[in-house]
Amino acid sequence: MIEAGKPIFVQIAEQIENDIIDGVIEEETSVPSTNEFAAFHRINPATAGKGVNRLVEDGILYKRRGIGMFVATGARQRLVVARTEQFRANFVGPLLSEAAKLGITPKQVAGMINIESRKGSNS
Amino acid sequence: MTDTAVRVAGLTKKFGAFTAIDDVSFTVERNKIYGLLGRNGAGKTTLMQLLTGQQFATSGTLEVFGASPVENARVLQSLCFIKESQRYPDSFRPQHVFASAPWFFANWDDAFAARLVEDFRLPLNRPIKKLSRGQLSAVGVIVGLASRAPLTFFDEPYLGLDAVARQIFYDRLLEDYAEYPRTIMLSTHLIDEVSNLLEHVLVIDEGRILMDQDAEQLRGSASTVVGKKTDVDAFVAGRDIISRDGIGGLASVTVAGLGEAERAAARAAGLELSPVSLQQLIVQRTTSTTGSATLDETESKTDAWSTHS
Repeated sequence: MIEAGKPIFVQIAEQIENDIIDGVIEEETSVPSTNEFAAFHRINPATAGKGVNRLVEDGILYKRRGIGMFVATGARQRLVVARTEQFRANFVGPLLSEAAKLGITPKQVAGMINIESRKGSNS
Repeated sequence: MTDTAVRVAGLTKKFGAFTAIDDVSFTVERNKIYGLLGRNGAGKTTLMQLLTGQQFATSGTLEVFGASPVENARVLQSLCFIKESQRYPDSFRPQHVFASAPWFFANWDDAFAARLVEDFRLPLNRPIKKLSRGQLSAVGVIVGLASRAPLTFFDEPYLGLDAVARQIFYDRLLEDYAEYPRTIMLSTHLIDEVSNLLEHVLVIDEGRILMDQDAEQLRGSASTVVGKKTDVDAFVAGRDIISRDGIGGLASVTVAGLGEAERAAARAAGLELSPVSLQQLIVQRTTSTTGSATLDETESKTDAWSTHS
């Protein structure tokens, strides 16, 4: 759950993002309170609050006074767009540079991806 | 009302020729959970005794809630200090301790104390002298929690407490702190167990403050780089090296503050990167300052601070 060596508030923010992307938490529904996150993960409430606030700053969550934090409309779509960009940077970029090192052309890489994904759908 | 609970400047405490606290300056903000960490004999207990008015400073200034704690009733009323080995009158039973606690602690919550007694399965009517080491620690932990003092010190509060009881302590502490925010200073060897509870970390070594940092900033602030010695040496040259280890042609070096680009560069150079936990970071920082500890370093990383439990 909480791993060492990485700021906890980043991990909390990522977990909430994942739940929104997976549809576990739907738009315009509430997310658990800071204290609930703190008790569940056994972390300092201020740290949990920092993770939640980061998503508020990004416009993913918003505060309804006296009630709690809610997922904004359109949050899921925005997260998917942001994560797609991260996917490109973190996976596709390194994939192509490793391929170039081995003399594999982008076209051959695309071919490999096609074969792999067909394998995946057959099984 | 300020946001500062404790303000210390140039604080020094000498016992004869021995300097226990050496020109220390720091502040403690209100309503945060602090970890006071350090090796045996580093000065943690002395520092807490100074902050609670149980020792006189040799020099320097010390303010707790805006005034010196020494014989200051207003300040002392706001403090609770749970010691590693608290002594009680011989005839006392736990129920006497909890019955007298409200005389000292204005915020004492009887119902909370009763719930904790059940959680820890503490026999209320057994003479204190007959309690096990862990049960004795539980008495202190219950007083420390249920007193809800604006500034609470826990000095190695859980000698003899089993893993279940320690987890109960952490859970109740977090729950109650969330509802009744207050300043808590937790001194412990079990850094891995408490690190996620802490908002701020003070590390003391040989009477000096070695680290005074936000816990979240510390997490992820260091990485261990492992690989061929020549590659590792080339990569870490000119960086802030926290510790260094190696065997044969392999090297393992912990360095501070690597950015995303630097991480990518390290991976491209065929080096392995691994995160460093708060405990590893502090152990490495406190072993490296004592100099010659390279030989037992690997052993001390895992054992030194978690042997007694």
